[in-house]
Amino acid sequence: MPAQGTLMRTQHAVGITSYGAYVPRWRVRTEAIAACWGRETSRVPIRAKSVPGPDEDTATMSIEAAQNALRRVDIPPGQIRAVWVGSESKPYAVKPTSTIVAEVLGLTPFVSAADMEFACKAGSEAMQTAIAYVGSGMAPYALAIGMDTAQSQPGDSLEYTAAAGGAAFLFGRAEQAAAEIEGSLSYVTDTPDFFRHAHQHYPQHGQRFTGDMAYFHHSLHATRALLDELGRTPKDYRWAVFHQPNPKFVRRLAKELGFGKEQIEPGFLVPLIGNTYAGSSLLGLAAVLDIAEPGDRILFTSYGSGAGSDSMSIVVTPRLRALRNGVPSVRDYIARRREIGDYGLYLRLMKKIHRE
Amino acid sequence: MRPVSIIGVGQTPVGEHWQKSLRELAVEAVQAALADAGVERPDALFAGNMLSGGLCEQENLATLVADFSGFPGIEALKIEAACASGGAVVRAAHMVVASGAHDLVVAVGVEKMTDLGGDGVTSGLATAADADYEAAHGITFTALNALLMRLYMERYGYARRDFSPFVITAHENGVHNPQAMFREAIDEKDFLDSPMVAEPISILDSSPVCDGAAAVVLCPTEKARSFTERPVQILASATATDTIGLGPRKDPLWFESAYLSAQRVYQQAGVSPKDINFFELHDAFTIVSALSLEACGFAERGQGVRFAQECNIHRNGKLPISTQGGLKARGHPVGASGTYQILEVVDQLRGRAGEAQLGNVRIGMAQSIGGMASVAVTHLLGVEV
Amino acid sequence: MNLPRYRRLQPAFYRLQAARCTACRQVHFPSRTRCLGCGSASMEPVRLSGQGRVLSFARMLHAARGFQDSVGSLTALIELREGVRLVAQLTDVEPDGIGIGQEVEMVLRRLRSDAEQGLIVYGYKFRPVLKRQAGAQAQS
Repeated sequence: MPAQGTLMRTQHAVGITSYGAYVPRWRVRTEAIAACWGRETSRVPIRAKSVPGPDEDTATMSIEAAQNALRRVDIPPGQIRAVWVGSESKPYAVKPTSTIVAEVLGLTPFVSAADMEFACKAGSEAMQTAIAYVGSGMAPYALAIGMDTAQSQPGDSLEYTAAAGGAAFLFGRAEQAAAEIEGSLSYVTDTPDFFRHAHQHYPQHGQRFTGDMAYFHHSLHATRALLDELGRTPKDYRWAVFHQPNPKFVRRLAKELGFGKEQIEPGFLVPLIGNTYAGSSLLGLAAVLDIAEPGDRILFTSYGSGAGSDSMSIVVTPRLRALRNGVPSVRDYIARRREIGDYGLYLRLMKKIHRE
Repeated sequence: MRPVSIIGVGQTPVGEHWQKSLRELAVEAVQAALADAGVERPDALFAGNMLSGGLCEQENLATLVADFSGFPGIEALKIEAACASGGAVVRAAHMVVASGAHDLVVAVGVEKMTDLGGDGVTSGLATAADADYEAAHGITFTALNALLMRLYMERYGYARRDFSPFVITAHENGVHNPQAMFREAIDEKDFLDSPMVAEPISILDSSPVCDGAAAVVLCPTEKARSFTERPVQILASATATDTIGLGPRKDPLWFESAYLSAQRVYQQAGVSPKDINFFELHDAFTIVSALSLEACGFAERGQGVRFAQECNIHRNGKLPISTQGGLKARGHPVGASGTYQILEVVDQLRGRAGEAQLGNVRIGMAQSIGGMASVAVTHLLGVEV
Repeated sequence: MNLPRYRRLQPAFYRLQAARCTACRQVHFPSRTRCLGCGSASMEPVRLSGQGRVLSFARMLHAARGFQDSVGSLTALIELREGVRLVAQLTDVEPDGIGIGQEVEMVLRRLRSDAEQGLIVYGYKFRPVLKRQAGAQAQS
């Protein structure tokens, strides 16, 4: 059944004016985690994952990513009228992260700000909302951030991949953008594959239920609907970026959709740093923009538990080159690494050691 | 202004006084000083202290000490200038007597540090720096001094071991002071082996956390002889300040407050550094000793450490320092240290320093430094002619 | 750190807001209302670059209350491009990775270690300037 009328259209054409990324420098070797829990160290899904420093959290990381986005362009702070931070690791349970970011960036006080929560889809949800703000004419520019210091229960399988990082995207009118949004849609159902209660520290997940019924179902349907709406096929895209819970899922999803290895390669970061949750697909998109050329078309599909996907078709304009002005790239952050093989230090960095 | 003399001194031993409170320490020193002076009731009492509020939850300190010393009714005020409080309280008492406002004034410096644990004291000491721009960033007072020490080593080409003479001399002299906290000599190996507090500053570069109180009684010089045969005159007294933070200074390795207050006392007394027989300096850290020697004109810039290496600071040297152990070995109960210095200069000039006694001394100098030398109080004392 | 004080300190802690003398152009951090250089009382707010170099550094092995994570960390005296000097904590660097003269840049981090219990105090720290891969820029 071909999807019809599912594309979300804006009043004005919208694009990505700028972007910025952040990944903390700490990496924990997953064999250290496996060794602690008596697992076979050869069976870990990735070799190392990113971990925040003791003085870092979603707010500080969002700030650096957003600063990178603003350093690439010259836009008066008063023109940026919205800041949204999508995350499931908020520094405060109640108190917006977005106001901290807005204050540090000097965007206060006439700015809309809120935190978005939708598991790993929170960042792309912030992007959709920013597109709507700019597309409706409510704001010349709007900033959307997806960032996490993902939490996992010690000993849980998530512990091998739950990582820290994310990216910020500044949206503006398409005419001045570095990449244009050709179309986007959202696909959401009530699929309880992963959740956390207010007073729990760590999420529970549905093990194998998180696969076919959750990640694959939503990612596939959202992407296929978008391609149908736009009358495109995977061949029309030079690059594709998905949410990246682990390497296996991403490879299978790309294959099922008909995207080749070379199409997903530049944005495929989970083998290098792990799953950065709400930051995952955004960081992948930032990595693609780091190397994309004018005219390149990018397919972007996020996934968040609970569950849903945002899918977008993006085409690069010649203005993207002007953004390569010395601001650190995703690869710069990935190359900056301090690796640790000490599970105790890992627990300390993750603020899991309770002191009174 | 009229000349002022010190007619009596009193102190508690310096150390960890688990059985004595802030008020007990202060009262003990006040009573000892008044007994030494033969004074029954002073006209006023000034209490020098840095941390009574933060560490002991007690402000209105001077009133408390006056009350428990048995003198409710007299004028009493607390004087605070961070680690220089003990010098500042003598300066305040001196101004009051010199002005003619009062005749008999007791100045007591007191600090009770051991009631609060390590990180509480560390936080308390950090309040001597800029609360918003240094302490709130978790930068300890020792770390600020360590920044100066590394800069000094780098600029003038010294190694850590070059600072050891300050420490070895202080401990050597502390052996002869029954009131000192540390009465054991140490050698260069001990110094080099001591653990780091804020690298490059080690435990042995630093003065210890401790309790203590010292008091002196002041009166007009013209009346001094009616109380004691051996009064000591305050030849000069001066305080000067600098920026509270290290950042805004033209040269972080120059203690402008120490320089200005020293220049002022030299001018007041009509003397120069070569006239000074010995110097109780603020050896809270070895780097502070070096910079204090340079600011006061005893050594050229960058030569403070060399001055110590050349044995000048030894008790038989050109300028003995820390003659009864200094802040390093006698101990550094912060708001009391400046008063201990004055008391020790008085003891030396009166020939009452016991085994620590220097031969043939007529003019002694004491300099108490607060914060990152953001305030310095300097006194010159002399035996009356 | 109490709430009103934190709110007042935000311009300096978040954005290195300083004061520049309109008469002699000297920049002061922290801000002051009278110029230390020329005595003028006419000052204007400016935002510092956050780019500077290390003049001296120290490694703290003891920490004040609420700063446990600072044990083993580095503190530095830093001179910013504007000629302003300040003392701040360094982050994302080990003792073998720092030296006098090293170029550093401001980052915003949590200052205290007791954030889980109350107000999270964010403020400036500095880190060695992040290395850029030559290849990434050559593509432009």
